Amino acid sequence: MFTYTLRRLLLAVPILLVISLVIFLLVDLAPGSPMSEIPLTVPPDVRQKMIEALGADQPVFVRYLLWLKQFFWIEPMTLFDHWFGTSIVEGQQRILSWQSRSPVFTIIGQRIPQTLTVVGTAYLVGILIALPIGIYSAYRQYSFFDQLGTLFAMIGFSVPTFFSGTLFIIIFAVWLGWLPTKYDTMLEVTDWSSFMQQVKQMALPVMTLGLANAATISRYMRSSMLDNMQMDYVRTARAKGMREKTVVLRHVLRNSLIPVVTVIALGIPSIFGGAIITENLFGVNGIGAALIGAIHANDLPMVQTLAFIFAVLIVLFNLIADILYGLLDPRIRYD
Amino acid sequence: MPDGALPVLDVRGLKTVFRTRSGEIHAVNSVSFMLRPGELLGVVGESGSGKSVTMMSLIGLLPSPPAEVRAGQVMLGGQDLLRISPRELQDVRGAKVGFVFQDPMTSLNPVFTVGSQIMEPLIRHMGLTKAQARDRAAELLALVGIPDAKARLKAYPHQFSGGMRQRVMIAIALACDPDVLIADEPTTALDVTIQAQILELVKDLRQKLGMAIIWITHDLGVIAGIADRVMVMYGGQVVEQGPVAQLFSDPRHPYTRALLKTIPSLTGERSGRLQVIEGQPPIMTAAPTACPFRARCAHAFDLCHVENPARRPLDARPVGEGHDVACHWSPEGA
Repeated sequence: MFTYTLRRLLLAVPILLVISLVIFLLVDLAPGSPMSEIPLTVPPDVRQKMIEALGADQPVFVRYLLWLKQFFWIEPMTLFDHWFGTSIVEGQQRILSWQSRSPVFTIIGQRIPQTLTVVGTAYLVGILIALPIGIYSAYRQYSFFDQLGTLFAMIGFSVPTFFSGTLFIIIFAVWLGWLPTKYDTMLEVTDWSSFMQQVKQMALPVMTLGLANAATISRYMRSSMLDNMQMDYVRTARAKGMREKTVVLRHVLRNSLIPVVTVIALGIPSIFGGAIITENLFGVNGIGAALIGAIHANDLPMVQTLAFIFAVLIVLFNLIADILYGLLDPRIRYD
Repeated sequence: MPDGALPVLDVRGLKTVFRTRSGEIHAVNSVSFMLRPGELLGVVGESGSGKSVTMMSLIGLLPSPPAEVRAGQVMLGGQDLLRISPRELQDVRGAKVGFVFQDPMTSLNPVFTVGSQIMEPLIRHMGLTKAQARDRAAELLALVGIPDAKARLKAYPHQFSGGMRQRVMIAIALACDPDVLIADEPTTALDVTIQAQILELVKDLRQKLGMAIIWITHDLGVIAGIADRVMVMYGGQVVEQGPVAQLFSDPRHPYTRALLKTIPSLTGERSGRLQVIEGQPPIMTAAPTACPFRARCAHAFDLCHVENPARRPLDARPVGEGHDVACHWSPEGA
């Protein structure tokens, strides 16, 4: 398993290099100028100076190589310096956002906690709701509960988040007045009452996203359970006189979880990607909102860096899913 | 065979029905038989004759729905298995009745070690601690002829061959020292040499442990070699039953006769084509009102089409204890 992981990690290096180049070139091909949001009253020679100051006039391969150096050397070392008080890369140019002129990673650092708390919690809640629904639906296939679970999943699949989110706002914020409509990014959790406030403001976006997540995962869980319920080893477990609970929650579940865990692991990168629509709807100032803003403003370094980070996460979680698969299923051995 | 001893298992009038969209399938129709202590009962019949369904009905292993046990009585150790609660039945399964299935490749759970799968019933029924169960599991593995048993406990099923997996299944079935072992075509999925090994193993274990065995098969050669008594099933009912020697030397039911004729002889001259029984076994969409074999029977006459024959004794002993047959026709030319 260790050599397999090592091999996969080494293989990831050329893959990610190619991906970074493709991202860089594709984003660079996009029309527009970093000055598009600068007022037209600014004279052309000043505009030219500003472009030069950003380094945006350099040929694309120069910018790519510089970006590579910044991403793989300067940024990690900046973090290193920050943690250990050293000054290895002090004064060296970090990846700067063309839009705000501040380091891209500083912006990401500010945005990611919002996204992780809201989208991450929604994912977790989605899983926690989905697994029991999937398991019980499969165990009592075609029962009333199963039909209800199917209806729930259909709704989660087919209703877009901008609709369900708005509906939740109308019901819970406008009509009932239980929950706030907007997410307050500035809220700091210091005591019990501010914690409750945080929970309340998270409730609507988490519900909206959780519904969508739970719908998908509960279907996976159900069909995986149904597949395994038919297997001969289940009959063997019953023939051994095992309690129904042991048969279902030990023998069947353990086998059914193998594909579901993989699906869950592969879905984790999307948490970091944020949920653009939901974040916008509830005013969560997360990474999704940052990406949309950067695209609008032609902020190429920001877009390139974010896109590349997502690529890294996807490659990484693919590896994690494969490793989990090997850990859960003894028939799969990578060495 | 200890004649006259009280039966360990006594099945009377068992009826099992499958409910499907296109109606009911009467898979088991008034099956009665008994099993004496230490006896090996062979159950033969074609695919779809109701052999497996009968045995699975006994201990509630059929998925319900669609299966439904309609009537009957299954006495085991003073309990009627059809009247007790599902939880009480779980206490019987694996403890008093062990089950070995046909396909060893899929009958073990792929994600648990062989050891933990043998230990499960030991912990569940005999209340052993984990350590005790592990020791006993190693003993059992050694008993079914798996070398280096202690180390093999940690192996997963996929690391075992088909024959070894079937040995593991037998170890699981025997774990709690059951009164009855039901083996549902345990050698069908194995190749011939392994089949012989498993047969020897079961014969050997039977001598050592003395449990009664129900051996389901469609291989008459196997039955002749190991069984004390044979029960021939057709269309979900028992058509002939008797001590193995008697049944093989003097088969009375046309179906049994035809079955015996289908065994190709390895000695002597080849005399023409292999014998077959023409036609298909019936799909019982209703409770039988006539002999289920009538359409394929060379001796069928008027009565066979209007009345389902009851089992009648062929010797002095009552039905189920001696040799009996369910047929209107008799070879003497009655």
